[in-house]
Amino acid sequence: MKYEAPSTIDDAIALLADAQAAASVLSGGTDLLVRMRADMAAPGAIVDIKRIPALNEITETADGWRIGAAVPSAVMSEHDGLARDWPGVVEAAALIGSTQVQGRATLAGNLCNASPAADSVPAMVAASAKVEIAGPGGTRTVPVEEIPTGPGKTSLAAGEFVTAILLPKRAALSGDAYLRFIPRTEMDIAVAGCGIALSLDDTGTCQSARVALGAVGPTVILAADAASALIGTKLDDAALEALAAACSAAATPIDDKRGTAAYRKHVIGVLAKRAAKIAYARAGETA
Amino acid sequence: MALDKNAPETRSFKVVGSRPLRPDGIDKVTGRARFGADMSAPGMLIGHILRSPHAHARIRAIDTSKAEALAGVKAVVTRADFAAAPEGMEDVLDNCMAGEKALYDGHAVAAIAATSAAIARQAAKLIEVDYEVLPHVTDVDAAMAPGAPALHDGRSDETVPDGYSANVMSRVEYGHGDIEAGLAKADRVLERSYKTAATHQGYIEPHACLATMGPDGQADLWCCTQGHYMVRNTCAALLGMDQGQLRVTASEIGGGFGGKTTVFIEPVALALARKAGRPVKIVMDRTEVLRATGPTASSSIDVRIGMTKDGRITAADAELRYQGGAYPGSPVGMGSMSAFAPYDLENVRTIGYDVVTNRPKQAAYRAPGAPMAAFAVESAIDELAKGFGLDPLDVRLKNAAREGTRSSYGPTFPAIGLEATLRAAKDHPHWSAPLGPNQGRGVACGFWFNFGGDTCVTLNVTPDGTVTVTEGNPDIGGSRASMSMMAAEELGIPYEKVRTVIADTGALGQNEVTDGSRVTFAVGLATIEAARAAKREMCARVAKIWGIDEEAVIWEDGAAKPAGPNAGDYPPMTLAEIAAIASNTGGPIAGHHEVNAEGAGVSFATHIADTEVDPDTGATRIVRYTVIQDAGKAVHPAYVEGQFQGGAVQGIGWALNEEYIYGADGILQNPGFLDYRIPVASDLPMIDTVILEIPNPGHPYGVRGVGETSIVPPLAAVANSVSAATGVRMTDLPMSPPKVLAAVQGQQEG
Ligand SMILES: Cc1cc2nc3c(=O)[nH]c(=O)nc-3n(C[C@H](O)[C@H](O)[C@H](O)COP(=O)(O)OP(=O)(O)OC[C@H]3O[C@@H](n4cnc5c(N)ncnc54)[C@H](O)[C@@H]3O)c2cc1C
Repeated sequence: MKYEAPSTIDDAIALLADAQAAASVLSGGTDLLVRMRADMAAPGAIVDIKRIPALNEITETADGWRIGAAVPSAVMSEHDGLARDWPGVVEAAALIGSTQVQGRATLAGNLCNASPAADSVPAMVAASAKVEIAGPGGTRTVPVEEIPTGPGKTSLAAGEFVTAILLPKRAALSGDAYLRFIPRTEMDIAVAGCGIALSLDDTGTCQSARVALGAVGPTVILAADAASALIGTKLDDAALEALAAACSAAATPIDDKRGTAAYRKHVIGVLAKRAAKIAYARAGETA
Repeated sequence: MALDKNAPETRSFKVVGSRPLRPDGIDKVTGRARFGADMSAPGMLIGHILRSPHAHARIRAIDTSKAEALAGVKAVVTRADFAAAPEGMEDVLDNCMAGEKALYDGHAVAAIAATSAAIARQAAKLIEVDYEVLPHVTDVDAAMAPGAPALHDGRSDETVPDGYSANVMSRVEYGHGDIEAGLAKADRVLERSYKTAATHQGYIEPHACLATMGPDGQADLWCCTQGHYMVRNTCAALLGMDQGQLRVTASEIGGGFGGKTTVFIEPVALALARKAGRPVKIVMDRTEVLRATGPTASSSIDVRIGMTKDGRITAADAELRYQGGAYPGSPVGMGSMSAFAPYDLENVRTIGYDVVTNRPKQAAYRAPGAPMAAFAVESAIDELAKGFGLDPLDVRLKNAAREGTRSSYGPTFPAIGLEATLRAAKDHPHWSAPLGPNQGRGVACGFWFNFGGDTCVTLNVTPDGTVTVTEGNPDIGGSRASMSMMAAEELGIPYEKVRTVIADTGALGQNEVTDGSRVTFAVGLATIEAARAAKREMCARVAKIWGIDEEAVIWEDGAAKPAGPNAGDYPPMTLAEIAAIASNTGGPIAGHHEVNAEGAGVSFATHIADTEVDPDTGATRIVRYTVIQDAGKAVHPAYVEGQFQGGAVQGIGWALNEEYIYGADGILQNPGFLDYRIPVASDLPMIDTVILEIPNPGHPYGVRGVGETSIVPPLAAVANSVSAATGVRMTDLPMSPPKVLAAVQGQQEG
């Protein structure tokens, strides 16, 4: 097995595009190295993207935020501007593993690992995040939810890799939040997770909302009915109940060692209600 | 010479009871400590074990030829490389390397030694095992039913009544009195069934060893174990060697909790080393640890208790069914003996069934067998007490065993500490602290026997007057500090002048395993006696120098002094002064003691747990937790508190989230720390501890073992607490969130 650490995006593309090499991208390695140790992955080469300078930066752009694909979650947590604008996304990334794991784990790795239970993905989807992809055919930008296509599978073509996560500007009177349920308090994997981003008008009525559900289907679920349950309300009890019911209905979980389908359908509704209240409060704070 | 035994009650201590820094602390924090996997040898090969992917399968044939042909492979062994095991050790061998059948998912079927781990793993894939897959069973009650798939035929002993499957290995019964007559006197008879899941000891350090064997048959083994003398004896028997030809050295150990009181990889590494003619190292990964080492038994228990409305238990009866994996030997006997041990009962009976299933062979786990039994009994007592509107501590006090009580398992108790722990619990501020919304408080008691056994200690005095204590029990709970403290106490020298080392099997006679909470008691006793022997020798040397009677020399404050008619005639001679001239007075000075230690005092505890249950998710949070336990005498109180806290935390894990989850295919679903959920630090509050000291008359300083009792009460304390928080009685562990939510929702509907 070969280890490569290119310093430019083009070099990385060349290494990844070489089909013979059967290369895997290495970002933080907190999924990839664990899978290799467990005999579940055996790439022919590893292409470490952490040496590419642009991939290590968080920058504020005209359109919002650009988070380089190699930026670890701990760096996001310490970035005041990002944490102020997208607290839900930052707190989702800050739930990953433990302090040690967060020193390495990236949003791009979390997304491209394509685990149904990835914590940052529902938060990014709720936040309307996009990914910037570089590949042999050039650069393209697609919504986050288009990347995972099933457990462990992505829509990335051969030679392509994610170079950045793009978050929009935070609108006035808007806020986001992410909550997950785990049986312990850390070092665990989501039994269910819910990201919500919403915006209000100046009367406090919800104008727009995005509700994304994690760990209750093979890929992240953008629950349109759940969002509708909030829009036009001030998140009164009836709206929250409707939200919970819509989330439970949209969820398509399985029974496994981490929880029964029935349990997950219930808990996703509970999380949605709680996350919605936090996002609502955050939206109000920006008034 | 006057060296009377010190009556434990009256003695005042100088070193014992203080809290010196741990001698292994710096090494462990800086990474200098050498654990099992840290040993290497020139020319070393890496061993890897191929394991069964089936829960139950006949091994028709194993073809290792392709693996042997792979470059870098130096030896492959299967069961054919081992001679028949000596009587009584067949199961140990079969568990280390499967014979006719693979009996559980993860059972070892072959092993490879190669020049690298990658080659060894690749070779494992080239071994062709022809399996005939057989029906399997993993649940204890299902395994007992007639018609269940049988693991072994004809191994049930004569104690097993008709009507059970061949998986029921034996039946035990304890108790006295007349159950039915007792129940007839009760105002209420509660009958309940309880279940607990199998849990793993969860030690941080996976099993690891390095074996060498020369063509002359002399062998060395380095390994992490709770008992290297046991490893030596077992491996020698399985490999057909003389015990004296195998020297075993124990590494530092990253936890054991009972799980390292047997062998798994050690005989395999020796067999590979023998065949390859080169040193072989085997290190398990976490998956192997969970699949193929010993978790504890899972249990299914029925309890019947009769109580009068003022809280007196009139009769107590329990049937305990434990599955201990693929071979006989579940700890159901100790569960049956300990179940009602805290209580003074006129009519009591326990019946236990030892059952085999297609799971890894259970190994000892901290107070083996007792936590599950206490869960059932302490839950039932709690439910009865609450039903009558009585304080659960008062009910326990009313029925508490005390000095002179005939225990439920036979012996009559000497001075014991249960009542003291219950009274301390009542007086503790925790017991009367207010509770918040969705919170509940639970209490439970626990008991453990404790143990002594074969022990050797040699205490050497160096020429500069420092002291080395040489003992043979791996230090898993701070025992090196405790031994040094007891030696310093006895010799009257500072703690810093004593260093305790764990010697290899060549250095001392037979030592029992570090288990049964025996080390501070038994090795401590031997250390004190070895120190006394050294003192006698030093007094004799000084008597010679002074030209007076040996009887006229006493040992006080680290020095020999003239006494009796010679008192004041000579200035005292310190240990260092005596040591400096030892060569001129007869040679080096040492003391030693060899004993089968008896008189280990039983230990009781009472735990108080507060939990908060999220009614929407079923998640339980431990809000506050207090352990009150009798330590006899706490030699190093910080270590004692650590044992109290550690046992409580393991019990909390058992109560809330830890469980072996098997699929319908009999394959373990969660062989890793992601889905086998041990509590993490952020799950827990600081565990409060109260040490009581009711001296054990069997030990010179009054020491009782403290390592195990602390895991006995938490299952019930937490379950009683969750039941109080939710209003639903929880009888099935673990109380994982889906289970608690279902119970809460069931109650709302019902
Ligand atoms: C102890 C522990 C706890 C964990 N806890 C959590 C948790 O609580 N929540 C959670 O969601 N996850 C958790 N994880 C999983 C993991 O940490 C996260 O998924 C993390 O975000 C992965 O990021 P990474 O940079 O380390 O990915 P890597 O391991 O580097 O990569 C993961 C996968 O994505 C691919 N990849 C990486 N970067 C790119 C890229 N830029 N373009 C294309 N493909 C790429 C890799 O080839 C690989 O297949 C945990 C892991 C561990 C070891």
